Amino acid sequence: MAFDSSPLHVEVVSADGLIWQGDALSVVARTMEGDIGIMANHEPLLAILVPSAAEVLSTEGTREVVAVDGGFLSVADNRVSLLSSYARLAHEISLPEAERELAAAQKALEGGDASTETMQHVHRASAQVRAAKRAAEKH
Amino acid sequence: MASSLRELRQRRKSVSATMKITKAMELIAASKVIRARQTAQRALPYTRELNRAVSALATHASVDHPLTTPATTVRRAALLIITSDRGMNGAYSSNAIKTAARMRTRLEEQGVEVKRYAVGRKIINYCNFRQLPLERTWEGFSDAPTYADAHEIADALIADFLKPYEEGGVDEIHAVYTRMESMLTQVPRARRLLPLEVIAGTTATGAHEVIPQYEFEPDPETVLDELMPLYVRSRVWFYLLQSAASQLASQQRAMKSATDNANQLIETLTREANQARQAEITQEITEIVGGASALAEASAD
Repeated sequence: MAFDSSPLHVEVVSADGLIWQGDALSVVARTMEGDIGIMANHEPLLAILVPSAAEVLSTEGTREVVAVDGGFLSVADNRVSLLSSYARLAHEISLPEAERELAAAQKALEGGDASTETMQHVHRASAQVRAAKRAAEKH
Repeated sequence: MASSLRELRQRRKSVSATMKITKAMELIAASKVIRARQTAQRALPYTRELNRAVSALATHASVDHPLTTPATTVRRAALLIITSDRGMNGAYSSNAIKTAARMRTRLEEQGVEVKRYAVGRKIINYCNFRQLPLERTWEGFSDAPTYADAHEIADALIADFLKPYEEGGVDEIHAVYTRMESMLTQVPRARRLLPLEVIAGTTATGAHEVIPQYEFEPDPETVLDELMPLYVRSRVWFYLLQSAASQLASQQRAMKSATDNANQLIETLTREANQARQAEITQEITEIVGGASALAEASAD
């Protein structure tokens, strides 16, 4: 086990491939029990994520916001992986488009279509809107 | 003779038109297969991380989940068969169908009822023609599947797996897909998809290290509940990607040999046409010479 100040190695993975990887100072994500911050030498952890915007503070000082639609976070040996089937980087999301999608999904939900697919669509779209907003406000 | 020369030329023309098509399809398949392999490559980190998490869970918590518990007696099994939507793939689809048929015979010999789940128009048409019942069908994405397709298929399979036997549920799920070994070999394979065999990761962490104690949030059971469907989806996603790449590689090879055959045929036809033309000319000359000598003989008399 490394107890030096080696940074976290972070991988953000979606089903379509590796979205982002690099060294980071900290990772903030929202799990089922609330927000969790991960820094170097964190104990091994496996946590379920809820649809939200996760933040990675890289060693170069940049901040990456990732929209996740669930999935999980795993930490072991200073390696962090954020795994989410439809994860997307916030700066690759266009806010108006995400908002349109959210509106469409919510409309379908209000129209009585309460299938799991619609629910997932709503979650995914709302996470993307949140992430895009968060990325926009601080930059 | 003249008519046969025309026929030969016509055939040559039609074969070269076909060759242009097969050549174009070969090139398209060649460029698509590269993309399909890249997609399959890009999906690897996801599968790898998921496998790591599942084996961590298996090592550090007792794995006891409906999706990993084998049924005591298997009475009904589902068979997921992945084929292509279109032809021109050589033996790709029929190989997968043959493997599926073998699998089905094996299951039925054990007294297991088999339900078919079909992906791709080829298997759907095959079963409809023979009036074989299909439980669920999916089509339209065989050469470029998306994760959403895998998601849909996996969720349907999980739902049927979790249903009790009396309500039409299945006790086991097998999948037939075509594994992309290389550009030259693609092998159809039958694998058990559910119940999952979870392998506790003793090799995943290095042998020299002490395995760290894992923290699960909120608790191991919930984590497992969330992970298992993801794991199944990722398996189906892997099968679809492998099959798509195999299909395109198979198409490229089939189209390449079709183009080669067409070239050979064109060559033979050109030879025959030349011969026919030459024969025609020779005959004309003979006729003229014959006619001229007959005239000369007539005037000499």
